[in-house]
Amino acid sequence: MNQMKIESLQPRLRLFIPLVLFTLIAVFLFRALSLNPASIPSAMIGRSLPEFELPVLENERLTNNADLFGRSILINVWATWCAACVIEHPFLMRLADSGIPIYGVNYKDQVVGARKWLSDYGDPYVSNIIDQHGKLGFDLGVYGAPETFFVDANGIIQYRHVGIINEDIWTSKLANLFNGLEEGVK
Amino acid sequence: MIPELGHFALIMAFVLSIALFLIPLAGSFVSNSGAMHLADSLAVGVFVFIAISFGCLSHAFLTDDFSVRLVSSHSNSLLPPMYKLSAVWGNHEGSLLLWLLILSGWMVCVAISCRSLPLVFSARVLSILGGISTGFLSFSLFTSNPYERLLPSIPTDGADLNPLLQDIGLIIHPPILYMGYVGFAVPFAFALSALMQGRLDAAWARWSRPWTNIAWGFLTLGIMLGSWWAYYELGWGGWWFWDPVENASFMPWLAGTALVHSLAVTEKRGLFKSWTVLLAIFTFSLSLLGTFLVRSGVLTSVHAFASDPSRGLFILIFLFLVVGGSLCLYAFRAPAVASRIGFNLASRESLLLFNNVIFLVASLTILFGTLFPLFMDVLGKGKYSVGPPYFNIVFLPLMALLIPFMGLGPIARWKEDRIRSWQEQLSTPAIAVIICSLVFPLMGKDSFNLWIALSILFAGWILIGLLRSLFDRLRGIRSITTLVGRLTPSYIGMFLAHCGFAVSLLGIVVTQQNSQEYDLKMLPGDSKTLSGYTFLFAGVRTVNGPNFLAEEAIFEVTTEGKLVSTLLPQKRRYLSSNSIMTEAGIDAGFWRDLYVAMGEPVGSEGAWAIRLHYKPMVRWIWLGAIFIGFGGIFTAFDKRYRYRYENLVTNESNEDRKFAAAP
Repeated sequence: MNQMKIESLQPRLRLFIPLVLFTLIAVFLFRALSLNPASIPSAMIGRSLPEFELPVLENERLTNNADLFGRSILINVWATWCAACVIEHPFLMRLADSGIPIYGVNYKDQVVGARKWLSDYGDPYVSNIIDQHGKLGFDLGVYGAPETFFVDANGIIQYRHVGIINEDIWTSKLANLFNGLEEGVK
Repeated sequence: MIPELGHFALIMAFVLSIALFLIPLAGSFVSNSGAMHLADSLAVGVFVFIAISFGCLSHAFLTDDFSVRLVSSHSNSLLPPMYKLSAVWGNHEGSLLLWLLILSGWMVCVAISCRSLPLVFSARVLSILGGISTGFLSFSLFTSNPYERLLPSIPTDGADLNPLLQDIGLIIHPPILYMGYVGFAVPFAFALSALMQGRLDAAWARWSRPWTNIAWGFLTLGIMLGSWWAYYELGWGGWWFWDPVENASFMPWLAGTALVHSLAVTEKRGLFKSWTVLLAIFTFSLSLLGTFLVRSGVLTSVHAFASDPSRGLFILIFLFLVVGGSLCLYAFRAPAVASRIGFNLASRESLLLFNNVIFLVASLTILFGTLFPLFMDVLGKGKYSVGPPYFNIVFLPLMALLIPFMGLGPIARWKEDRIRSWQEQLSTPAIAVIICSLVFPLMGKDSFNLWIALSILFAGWILIGLLRSLFDRLRGIRSITTLVGRLTPSYIGMFLAHCGFAVSLLGIVVTQQNSQEYDLKMLPGDSKTLSGYTFLFAGVRTVNGPNFLAEEAIFEVTTEGKLVSTLLPQKRRYLSSNSIMTEAGIDAGFWRDLYVAMGEPVGSEGAWAIRLHYKPMVRWIWLGAIFIGFGGIFTAFDKRYRYRYENLVTNESNEDRKFAAAP
């Protein structure tokens, strides 16, 4: 008698499986709401800089990724339309003064405006790559500006920072990372 | 004043929609026919007020009422009127209103066409739809009010619509896509109503079939428009990116494909009932999940609307109520005992079951790939991103697995068939297809390509199955009336949709394999030849648009000395936002697209960075999708959906057997 009951219960229980699975997914989705998707690092970490051949802002010659190799560098993605880049800019000037080589990727921007921006605010960059279509940005997996990639002397991307770099973040975390790049190569 | 009127209309719609949710549903449980009869008029009321509200918002956009925050941040006085109208749904709040307009439109259609259905059933369907619209109306009113004002300091001009959205593709893409997305609410409501009644029968399947097919057809067209837009507007020549938002629309499509086929089995043979109900719930849940993913900001994407966690929480709670509630109902009310109707391994049922498994697995793997980064993040296992390689690896083999069975589908009989009879019918044409797949790739200029040969084999296999079934249907026909009788809209729709699948398949593979792409620096006067087409860069001129200035390059494309086309790619600067847009110059053709996009000026002698593409058969991808979409919609015109609302598990199911392949 008892056994019969269980047998007739089992098919009914099976019908609850979708409900249980859905509840699990819903719990995850709820937890995910409190996460910040912008802090997703790049899938590019540990990989070489994507290949590109793009003009340089300063002299309009084409440059490619091999031109950047040979020392640890920062690659900063910026644009004149990016309000946060203006805020980040003074600190980049200070980093450049302290001898850290920063290359700019002028992302989905206008050449004339970008030149004017640099002459107005000062130019912390060794040179700037014009990525007007965002092709390089797309290859790098850029979500927006500013973003900064830490690239070692072999052209391998070691870290990606999304958002503004300021004094706090630099001293607490990023400075060590950058020094680590230098040592890693030695 | 008019925006306030719109806001008020939205509140009225909300109130009516609560009434629509509660009154007929309560009435259906206490058998109060007066309460149930209210459903029709309440549904019409909800639609009218949402339409008024939508009209008011459109009016605010068309008259440049920049005191409305939404207008000032998404429109501009220089914007052409057509784009002012499309700006209404080019943002989160307005697109939600469009969502609601379409949902209430579907509600009215259901109210009108379901008068002949049992009152209890149709009242519950409408009240479930009312529940869904209540949820979305409160979402709109409480978290995304489109009528928020900027007072007292009214901006003198607006920030402009994102130039990417200033495009014909983006005017029609969202409404069509939403028709599909939202349309799945109807089979969902039918499924729940049938569950409440405890009557999952062939009649229920027949009632929901036309709705499902129409929604699915629109979703197909919507996805196709999105892909086409991405191809010519984003300027890098791709047509599908496995972006989370694309996946959000693709998952309901895959689940919907399974549903469309499983409903056929339930209607014709009374089988797979619980399964079909579950698919109906699953399909609509994926539509809701898509909405959640796009609007909550949990995933990043090029398409995502401005994100806001409070909105995310709201949709999640709503998702939980709707999906959790319906799955509860399913768990308690779905028939737990398997149906006693049997079928052979070699039968149309088995093939359709296989189709269902494939499409369900495909949608689950894409769901998994889309949510995987989120899950790992929640579990603290680090950050991941899942890209095209994963999706291609799991998705393409699944589709390849599907095709051998897809070819058999149209000729297979219900209940029992013999593999030997399939052999007899298809082996001769199969040999022809194999020969074609070996010969055709050799006829082009390129060397033999295995993938292209395979795709011809697959597409050919689908086609011979279809043609054989057509041949069997047409055999022995003497009069026009029998011809019309046998070529039913549901058969023609199926034929079109399956053909479309084959056409898309060919397009995808050939484009992928034989495209050519060059990034060059070109001076005026330079030329470059690819695949026999010579692109001559004749010069650059300046063009004034309504709200932009553009540099336009002139490319003369010749082949064997004859002018094929003059391509005019543009580099546009939009005046109000100062953003730069690339407008590709495309010469579209049945066999190939020629595509030129301008980069930036290089050097002082007037040289430009130029991107040239030769894309063979890329149009086939969308052409096939159009076939699929219209095929799906066309099936709904079958007259058996119109007249006979009786419950027949039907001898008619064997009408197909008569036509199918009796030697």
